[in-house]
Parts: sequence; C-alpha cells; structure tokens
Amino acid sequence: MAIANVQVSETPLVLYTLRRADDALILGHRLSEWCGHAPMLEEDMALSNIALDLLGLARELYSYTAQVEGRDNDEDKLAYLRDVRQYRNLLLVEQPNGDFARTLVRQLFYSAFADLYWRAMMKSGDATLAAIAAKSEKESAYHLRHSSEWIIRLGDGTAESHARAQTAIDDLWAFTGEMFTVDESERGLIETSVAIDPAGLRPQWLKTVSDVIGEATLAVPTNDWMQQGGRGGRHSEHLGHLLSELQHMQRTFPGLTW
Amino acid sequence: MATPNTPLWEVFIRSRNGLAHKHVGSLHASDATMALQAARDIYTRRGEGLSIWVVPSSAITASDPADKGMMFEPAESKIYRHPTFYEVPEEVGHM
Repeated sequence: MAIANVQVSETPLVLYTLRRADDALILGHRLSEWCGHAPMLEEDMALSNIALDLLGLARELYSYTAQVEGRDNDEDKLAYLRDVRQYRNLLLVEQPNGDFARTLVRQLFYSAFADLYWRAMMKSGDATLAAIAAKSEKESAYHLRHSSEWIIRLGDGTAESHARAQTAIDDLWAFTGEMFTVDESERGLIETSVAIDPAGLRPQWLKTVSDVIGEATLAVPTNDWMQQGGRGGRHSEHLGHLLSELQHMQRTFPGLTW
Repeated sequence: MATPNTPLWEVFIRSRNGLAHKHVGSLHASDATMALQAARDIYTRRGEGLSIWVVPSSAITASDPADKGMMFEPAESKIYRHPTFYEVPEEVGHM
C-alpha cells in the first residue's frame, strides 16, 4: 500500500532546519543499527546513547521545521512520509556502518564538525536554533571524545585494526567536503546571522581530525576531490534501503502509535 | 566479553547529593580512559552521577568468604561497641 509523500515548502529557513534534522535522524538511525550487534556490551550502550542523542536532536529540529513551515506537517510526517529524493542529509551520514572502525571514522568526521558547528550556532540570531545548539553542543562534544579515543586505539592497535581504520578514513574522506558547502538558499541566512558560515569551521575541523588521525598513527588522505549531492536530494543507493526500514511501519499502518 | 585486551574495572559513582562514591558495578575496557567513558555510558544514563571513579578489579584485595566466621562473627556479640548507651544532649541536635 502506498501512502502519499508529504510536500514541504522549502523556504530557506525550512530547508536549513530540515537538512540538519535529516543529518541527525539518518546518522542516529545508522547508529541504532548496532543495537544488539556491537562488539561488546559497553559499546552497544555507548552507540545507542549517541543514537538517542541524535534522535532527540532530530525531533527538535523537525518540530521547529514544521512550526516554521506553518502548514500541516509535523515531526512524524517529515520523518516518515518523505521519499529519498526529499531527504536533505549529508551523504556522509547515510554511508553504511561497515565494520566498527568505519562507523567510528564516520562518527569522528561528523562529530568533529558538529561540535564546532553547534558551538558556533549558540550565537544564532534565531532564538530556537540557539537554544537547540546550546543543548546539542554538550552532546556532540562527548560524541567527539568517544569516537576520537576509539580511533586512536584502533589505529594504534593491531595491524588488523590499523588497516581497517585507514581504509575507512580513505573511503569516507570524499564525503567530508559537503559539510562545509553553502548554497544560495543558505547564503541569505548567513548574511542575516541566522546561520553561520561552515567554511570558517574547516581549518579547526581539519586540525582536530588530523590530530586524532596522527595520534592514531594513521594517515590523513591527500585527495581533495569531494562528493556532494545529499543537500539537494541526490543520494547514494544506501539511503533508500535505510528509509524503507525506517518508514516501513508508518507506510504499512498509517498513523500507527505505540 | 572478557579478553586479555579488555580487563575488568570496578565503577564507583558519586550521586548528585551523595557524599561518597558508591560501587555500582563493573565493566570491561582496554584502559582507564575507555573505562571512564564506558562507565559514563552505562551507569550515568539517567542522571545518576556527578563524579565517576574506575578502579582495575585486579587492584582490589577481597576477604575470603571462607574466613567469615573468624573475620566477622567475633564482632556480633559485642553490642557495647554500638554507641547506643550514651545520652545525646539536646544542644547537639541531629547526629
């Protein structure tokens, strides 16, 4: 049975908050896939905790998106009733978990950005976004510490863990550029101080990530060709599969609640 | 899973209004830093703590349960060691 997708009026602010909400939901969902499968109980809990932080962030951002849009949408409709081309998340966060090293490299790349981003967004001229940023900054600071400590140990661990971590870094590097890009619709929000320019965060991000990778005895990739598309709804083939699982219940039993 | 690479650690948490760190459980981790992180994720998820200690389980020397009689029974017959035979003056208040 097909349930019609909702349409979203993507004014600049709606699109902006929707993109960040999608980042949080998709990465949170990816991490939740580890629940019951992590290599040790302690990490099962740690990854689920991070997933829940991100899910909470996604809810706040979707609610605000719906409020700004001012139409019939709500957080559930935005999460469950948009198709893959309507999703606006970064390509990085939809990449499959792979092995434990790949999951944590993805987390390091994202959290090193999110920590800087939310800290900067605490000064947003938009009071709601500033409040969300203040809460999220503490969470992402911990996510960064967690993933950093693991990458250091995986890189400086066994030959096997070193090789897996390096492969993950090399494979995911091309997805990191998209975090720092800005399009026309966001440019206006930056000029009015609602948003911050992420390009300004890149030097510090590169330093943070390089320091961790260096301490882990791993190598920072030298290629600077970057893949983009997620912000415009052009995704890798992985996102459709993720959404089919994420949306299955609401698509099959519309309006289902616990 | 217990492996040589992830020894056992004992976790102590000081709660919001608690005065002392209390033992809450144990976990496996590769080193002290990772043990502290895991303790945060496992034992403070519901706002239980303001401070965490982790101690290698191997650093704890425990009494032998077989010595229970010799160790603890002699104290049971000496009720005069409880401070219940003294009158506490009013002015002292809550003790």
